Amino acid sequence: MTARGTGALMSVTYEIVAGDFVRAGEAASKLKRVLQQLGLDPTIIRRAAIATYEAEMNIVIHSYGGHISVDITCDSIEILCEDSGPGIPDIEKALQEGYSTASEDVREMGFGAGMGLPNIRRSADDFSIESRIGQGTRLQVRILHRAGE
Amino acid sequence: MRLQPYFHSVTLDTDSCKGCTICIKRCPTEAIRVRHGKARILEIRCIDCGECIRTCPNHAKRAIADDFSLLDKYAYTVALPAPSFFGQFSGHDVTVGKILQALLALGFTSVYEVAEAAEHVSLATQRYVNNSIIRPLISSSCPAIVRLIQVRFPDLIDHLIPIQAPVDIAARFAKEMIMRKYGLRREEIGAFFITPCPAKVTAVKQPIGLESSWVDGAIPIADAYARVLRILPRLEDTPSLQQASAIGIHWGRASGEKYAIGADKTVAVDGIQAVIDVLSEIEIGKFHDIDFIECQACRGGCVGGPLTVQNPFLARVNMESLTQELPDKMSPEIVHEFEQRYSTGAYDLESDIEPRPILKLDDDFTKAIEKMELLEKTLDSLPGLDCGSCGSPSCQALAEDIVQGLATEGDCVFVLRDGVQSLAEELLDLARRVPGSISNEAETSPGGSLQESMDEPEIGEQEGSGT
Ligand SMILES: Nc1ncnc2c1ncn2[C@@H]1O[C@H](COP(=O)(O)OP(=O)(O)OP(=O)(O)O)[C@@H](O)[C@H]1O
Ligand code: SF4
Ligand SMILES: [Mg+2]
Repeated sequence: MTARGTGALMSVTYEIVAGDFVRAGEAASKLKRVLQQLGLDPTIIRRAAIATYEAEMNIVIHSYGGHISVDITCDSIEILCEDSGPGIPDIEKALQEGYSTASEDVREMGFGAGMGLPNIRRSADDFSIESRIGQGTRLQVRILHRAGE
Repeated sequence: MRLQPYFHSVTLDTDSCKGCTICIKRCPTEAIRVRHGKARILEIRCIDCGECIRTCPNHAKRAIADDFSLLDKYAYTVALPAPSFFGQFSGHDVTVGKILQALLALGFTSVYEVAEAAEHVSLATQRYVNNSIIRPLISSSCPAIVRLIQVRFPDLIDHLIPIQAPVDIAARFAKEMIMRKYGLRREEIGAFFITPCPAKVTAVKQPIGLESSWVDGAIPIADAYARVLRILPRLEDTPSLQQASAIGIHWGRASGEKYAIGADKTVAVDGIQAVIDVLSEIEIGKFHDIDFIECQACRGGCVGGPLTVQNPFLARVNMESLTQELPDKMSPEIVHEFEQRYSTGAYDLESDIEPRPILKLDDDFTKAIEKMELLEKTLDSLPGLDCGSCGSPSCQALAEDIVQGLATEGDCVFVLRDGVQSLAEELLDLARRVPGSISNEAETSPGGSLQESMDEPEIGEQEGSGT
């Protein structure tokens, strides 16, 4: 993925608080409104909303907090999610459908199906994830759009 | 009734509107603004759900519909009572047959229950749910919800089941039958829906997914109710008129449709705010293992429609006692007729449901970005109280209106107050610069104290600026 910031026509940042299930999902819904205002294609918006929502939930559930920054360029939506937290020891495994380390409590709330990361990957045109144990996780998603043509 | 480019059943009676701003916050598509002391409905945003009719304390929001005089225009008329119509009547001797008989007594040549068509639609929906891989599938029977999805959730259009609403099926089947039987032409027959809501009135005048509607008029349940009630006690029960089973009749209340579809995993949602919440969740990938979702704009389902009379909870009880006498299975005739018609595509929508996104700031992406920047800046300058005093439903909406040239920052009472304050300060400053020859400044106190006294009444001022 190319360096961020190049060609960003606009950027938005959302702070994500760990463990805050009440506000969880706000970043995704705010981003959705922005993309609707820009007139992007509904299916593109949907993919961006799904990726952002799942990443947001992962920060809420699995990390100590972080932020999601979104750059909109003339042909793409670049979603960068960074958190500080325990990190992911085995990324290969984490990307598998159904793999989850979510606690019993979290599962009872309806999360922890192990589908978040796979769904993010499916929604993305480009996807990359880096993680440092004991430090945090950085997820980058690019979704291409054609509104600027 | 003349058709405008956008026909809306829901309209504003400007004389009754006091400009109170109560409606603007309740509108699910932010389609109402108060400007110059009067509400205004933004036509492209309105989905005719009727929430504002329910909320307006001055009854300034009305539903335009048809009346009984329209019957005179046709040689032959057929009444199409909505399933929810039956829920309006209570009393141990009331029957579906009597209510249908009453409609004939009011001057309709025949009746065709929309509940019967609802049974056909239930069967067609079952097939569609079984054959489609899309999940969750969303019912398209409530037109307010279809329009809500077009404007606010265009990415969910694929999830809408492309099957005609029961009333459209009812009108077509009834007319086809009458045409065959009496050799009449389509135009000679008037089909009248007895409607629970303005959304259906709009759907009839301006159908979605159909070239033209077979329904010729929509008469409010409230109007028909008053007339039926007067004659009901004098009538004999006419069981032969009634075709639908309890299954079709229950479409008139929340969960009735879900029950009729009977798929594995089904959900019924009623009340437009609850529907919005569920649709927002579907957008982020939830509900993906649910087969079918019934979505109704009105709380309690159609018995809660703005043009009904009875309390929706009572109406539900009424329906339960009325249907006790009815079979709880569809008749073999209906199932047979369905099988024959299904293969001909009789239930399919004729055209696609188009998205109508309303939030888009500009058709041109670059311009939309520019407006977006301006929007953010504008929003920063607003207090974020979402008080509605400006006539827009929220600070965000006012900022959007400003960017689109529909409002100015001065519409915000708080921005205005700050403006007035700095203007006053400027005036004071000017006053101090009055030429020495006419000033007696030495004897009065300096401007500072006046500045203080201006700050003081702030709280009182705020209270006074509530409207
Ligand atoms: N930001 C993160 N910080 C630390 N661990 C993470 C993070 N995101 C994901 N993980 C780890 O990867 C696993 C898989 O994540 P994924 O989102 O696919 O599933 P889940 O969050 O467990 O369940 P679901 O997303 O279906 O509710 C998680 O259970 C967790 O162990
Ligand atoms: S729920 Fe029924 S009454 Fe209410 S708007 Fe929808 S179709 Fe009309
Ligand atoms: Mg997850």
